[in-house]
Amino acid sequence: MAERKVRVLLAKPGLDGHDRGAKVVAHALREAGMEVIYTGLHQTVPSIVNQAIQEDVDVIGLSIMSGAHIPICRKLMELVKEKGIEDKLIVVGGVIPSRDIPILKEMGVDGVFPGGSYFKDIVEFIQENVKK
Amino acid sequence: MGVATYIKDEKDAIKEVILQSGIKVKAVYTPEDLERIGFDYEKDLGDPGEFPFTRALYPLGYRSRNWTTRQYTGFGTPEETNERFKLMISHGQTGLNVAFDLPTQMGYDSDDPMAEGEVGRVGMAVDSLKDFEIAFKDIELDKIGTGLTINAVASVMLAMYQSVAEKFGYKKEVISATPQNDILKEMVGRGAWIYPVEPSVRLIGDTIEYSMKELPRCNPVSVCGYHIRESGCTPAQEIAYAFEIAFAYIDNVVARGYKAEEFVGRFSFNLNIYGNLWENVAKFRAARKLWAKLLRERYGVQNKRALFLRGIFGGGGSGMTKQQPENNIIRGAYYALTAALSGAQTTALCSFDEAYTIPTKRAALLSLRTFQILMDEIGLRDTVDPLAGSYFIETLTKEMEEKILEEMEKVEKIGGMIEAVSSGYVQREVARQAYEYEKRLQEGKVIKVGVNKYTEGVDMEVELHEYNEEWARQQIERLKELRKTRDNKAVKESLKALEKAARGTENVMPYLVECCKCYATVGEMANVFREVFGEHVEPNIF
Repeated sequence: MAERKVRVLLAKPGLDGHDRGAKVVAHALREAGMEVIYTGLHQTVPSIVNQAIQEDVDVIGLSIMSGAHIPICRKLMELVKEKGIEDKLIVVGGVIPSRDIPILKEMGVDGVFPGGSYFKDIVEFIQENVKK
Repeated sequence: MGVATYIKDEKDAIKEVILQSGIKVKAVYTPEDLERIGFDYEKDLGDPGEFPFTRALYPLGYRSRNWTTRQYTGFGTPEETNERFKLMISHGQTGLNVAFDLPTQMGYDSDDPMAEGEVGRVGMAVDSLKDFEIAFKDIELDKIGTGLTINAVASVMLAMYQSVAEKFGYKKEVISATPQNDILKEMVGRGAWIYPVEPSVRLIGDTIEYSMKELPRCNPVSVCGYHIRESGCTPAQEIAYAFEIAFAYIDNVVARGYKAEEFVGRFSFNLNIYGNLWENVAKFRAARKLWAKLLRERYGVQNKRALFLRGIFGGGGSGMTKQQPENNIIRGAYYALTAALSGAQTTALCSFDEAYTIPTKRAALLSLRTFQILMDEIGLRDTVDPLAGSYFIETLTKEMEEKILEEMEKVEKIGGMIEAVSSGYVQREVARQAYEYEKRLQEGKVIKVGVNKYTEGVDMEVELHEYNEEWARQQIERLKELRKTRDNKAVKESLKALEKAARGTENVMPYLVECCKCYATVGEMANVFREVFGEHVEPNIF
């Protein structure tokens, strides 16, 4: 039986519309053999979580450039717990100052990839950590 | 983006240089190149200030008029923004460029659930005229020109600016505002759209028509190649897409029975600088020339000043790196030099902490000083268009012109920019190139200092611009107070009148001014349009 492809939901939460990073990563993950569902802009956290459940993804990736990564991730992690989908790998990218990385990890975010991260690091991280 | 592709031999000698727009640079240029391209001084350049304005818009260039510096400013509450405005003006800045927070840009009030965590974060929060009264207090609105970086609700903000000026006792005829007001580029690059393509373009048409009649010193549209370039397109595409966007807006107003001649002189452009110096200089010279020529050929514009490609040429954030952030100070200086060699009228730079945060006071001031050093110490005001006549620059300018026309033709084959954006053609093209560039960068095929070459050493801690949660609380409090104390009956009536205008074909601007003066909120006005027009759905580009 062929192994199921890793499914990734790439989401742009909140009002920020800078999506170059999200689209570039979408291309890279697809080229690495993953299935990528891109939500488009201006998503609320509940709608991201709903799409993650409906699409039965393995990974939720958020791209945040506005600086609001802490409140957004806090909200996401609460909802992830509430819906019982802690089995999904949570990855965050964007304009993330290094001092905020431990804060995000403590909340339960699995991987943080600030601007300038390498595709191969993101791909490897997902492949190694995806919770199957 | 931004760096050319270099093909080298095993000894590191350069064999081939391919600029991002696809033009190959030769090792040596001679008079033969000028002959090959059929270079003709009168036809291709003209004297500075003369058609086709390749050299400059004004005969004496920076001698007669230093450039305007307009750093993007605004954060937190209107009080904080007012303070920063005054600081920048006291340091010699001659125009304002207002940043709005995302809820304001997206037409949400500060207490809307969608605004949570975002109030005052990337710009100033504006809910009503009250906020503008605070932000522009003690600013001489008849002397300072103000850029309003807002698009989806630019019509609302232009009405707000007129309202605050009138409230302060200025006549609307003396104020100078430049709302960004370019929704098509938001749909390609920056993402702050609300309404579908067609009604969005109609709102822009309304602001152009209204400014033509009522706000003689306002520039209702600033067409932005800048953000499309930031999103990944080439320099030639940047100009091509910007021109096609401008044509879409012109056509909307022409369809109302006006001549382009009557209003197109009010258009301005917001264009990007980063990457290869020569490619950028050639780009701007070619753009000035093409814009004048195309307006004359396609729209019969004759008035000289209406043919000017005016605008801001700004240093691009995409050129800035998170690694070794101090390198960005140097990059910024070179981008500023590029702007000066290109004859930029107005400039702004991204600050060196761009990849981390919105600029701190120190970083913003440093950007301003960068320009001042160029103008006052290095000699950039000495003579007009100093690179003119260079075998290389003139050849490259001609080749850029051809590339730009080539890219314009691709969009026109699809049916113009409205169609090219609705179908996702431009978005797809831009996203693909962004990916390919990123891949080349990660593979080391294009070089970025401190990122994939010379990566050792000099990292630093960047002082972060702090976000203060207190701002949101204050802002929401003021909004709640406003809703209690304003004349709510008048607000309701003004919104109703706005709705009627939006449903019909009447120009919405006078109704927006009325709403603003009654202290209707940005969210209330934006929601009237949401109800009437609906919301934009992104085309699927994957």
